[in-house]
Amino acid sequence: MSVSVLAEADLRLDAGPLDYALLVIYFVVVLGIGVMARRSVSSSLDFLLSGRSLPAWVTGLAFISANLGALELMGMTANGAQYGMATVHYYWIGAIPAMVFLGLVMMPFYYGSKVRSVPEFMRRRFGKPAHLVNAVSFAVAQVLIAGINLFALAVIIDALLGWPLPVSICVAALVVLAYTTLGGLSAAIYNEVLQFFVIVAALAPLTIVGLIKVGGWQGIVEKVTDSEQLSAWPATELTGINSPVWSVIGLVFGLGFVLSFGYWTTNFAEVQRAMSAKSMSAAKRTPIIGAYPKALIPAIIIIPGIIAALIVPEMTRLKAGDTDTGVAYNDVLPLLMRDLLPNGILGIAITGLLASFMAGVAANVSSFNTVFTYDLWQDYVKKDRPDEYYLRVGRWATVGACVLAIGTAFIAAALGGSNIMDYIQALFSFFNAPLFATFILGMFWKRMTPTAGWVGLLAGTFTAIFIYAVSEPSFGIELLELPGQGASFLGAGLAFVVDILVSVAVTAVTRPKPDSELVGLVYSLTPKEDRAHATTGEDAGWYRSPALLGGGVIALTAVLYFVFA
Amino acid sequence: MRLFDLRLIIAFLFGLYGVVLVVVGLGFTSEDDLRKAEGVNINLWAGVAMAVLAVAFAAWALVRPQFADTDKQPLKEL
Repeated sequence: MSVSVLAEADLRLDAGPLDYALLVIYFVVVLGIGVMARRSVSSSLDFLLSGRSLPAWVTGLAFISANLGALELMGMTANGAQYGMATVHYYWIGAIPAMVFLGLVMMPFYYGSKVRSVPEFMRRRFGKPAHLVNAVSFAVAQVLIAGINLFALAVIIDALLGWPLPVSICVAALVVLAYTTLGGLSAAIYNEVLQFFVIVAALAPLTIVGLIKVGGWQGIVEKVTDSEQLSAWPATELTGINSPVWSVIGLVFGLGFVLSFGYWTTNFAEVQRAMSAKSMSAAKRTPIIGAYPKALIPAIIIIPGIIAALIVPEMTRLKAGDTDTGVAYNDVLPLLMRDLLPNGILGIAITGLLASFMAGVAANVSSFNTVFTYDLWQDYVKKDRPDEYYLRVGRWATVGACVLAIGTAFIAAALGGSNIMDYIQALFSFFNAPLFATFILGMFWKRMTPTAGWVGLLAGTFTAIFIYAVSEPSFGIELLELPGQGASFLGAGLAFVVDILVSVAVTAVTRPKPDSELVGLVYSLTPKEDRAHATTGEDAGWYRSPALLGGGVIALTAVLYFVFA
Repeated sequence: MRLFDLRLIIAFLFGLYGVVLVVVGLGFTSEDDLRKAEGVNINLWAGVAMAVLAVAFAAWALVRPQFADTDKQPLKEL
């Protein structure tokens, strides 16, 4: 049976001409941004890295938006409905510390060394084998994820508007292709910022009407029968770990440390947004500015999930254990839109959903083409060509990525499940957790050798794959029984530890790089002034201090935990 | 590279959305629509909020033009 992310309930929305008109306006603006951004593209760096010219508020919102794709929206509203308040961990402990760490500790090396991608940092720090492992695995992962995003988009368009899957997959891929081929990263980033506001405009009214219907926060507290659903700790249902103590340890170490730091600090689709900022100060502030909306957005993602479990009849029955309702947890947003929104704002909500799905794909594609052009083609296929050549390669890589994503969208259809988040978490744990271990060791330990770089990375990745294989029920070799997200926490945690141990062991018996080649890449060999940012001109003012902004968002998150958990 | 000002695009899109939703909210809201949204004229209120967002972005773009600072001083890197 072909797996449907959205079960076959009646999700068809009553969209009218007005709703379609609002949707069309958005698409015209999106394509217009691509056309206008094209005029600013005159080099490969302009196309693939926005010429490192963007202000921090733009890159900061794009940073958060690139992550607000289909899987995030559907998956997190689903988690809200299924697990309740515990879902906030994905936004707070599972994102904020890592984002602040990226800005304050890692950006000085990423931006200061002038590398054009995360794999390029890997090449300069550890040499070619580690670079190739990183660049190839990243490129493959981006195409896979772009495909999953496209598939999720097509499924929801089918459910909401009744378009056949292949049509939506191809139309969405073509729109992304059009604006990213024209305007490159600038068009992708500008559209991500626009998308951020459209998503808020879609979800905020839904949340407000939902809250009124359920009787406000007080109504939620009264109506939720299982009090565990209203507290974030110890989140035993979410982690699948029965012991409360181990559940909290799993959350803090597995999600809060390994998974989250791995994702936010090494995922080039994210880091690229910061690299396109116009100054060191703006680059440091990018993930930190993004952290503020990240800390607050659960209000319009998780709360609708909780509300849906209370007021949507099918969802209430599903939650009570009725498996024959025809809906899945992933249907939260379409069901709420169906029940609460009149035409007009309904069109905005549909636009927001589609915008989010497309921007996810665009983030995958625009980071893929940079890694493909600079890290694979320029480094291993055709070196030393004029820049126009690489600009052309970048454009063709975009076309190739979209075609491959269409292909993987159909593959994703065969792999989908009732909770697509499980799969995406597993994918990230394969690549990101060991990557973070290697990066952090390499940035702070100058002795670490090039061989240790790639051996550690492979050892970590295989560890994560092994844990996934023996804990995923559908593979039939279930040695570990961990429902919920526990398996990916464990896989990521072990991958991290194995990577560190193997790296240290291999370093002991292999030769390190000379210090002169590591300047700007390793903490102890990089002069303080190279890591510092300017505090004059557009970087002046106490309110632009990365450390102050970072401290602010950590404090905000602590307060939010105190109040809501 | 000099990119156009994104703030004006945001102002344009949400200005348009805001006006459309306010018009729909004031002139074309049926009893059914109101019942669906628990008696709230959600089109009207969302439209007003979007219009305010549009005005805020337009004002920001006018008060602090994108290239004002760099225009005054020559670029050091060049």
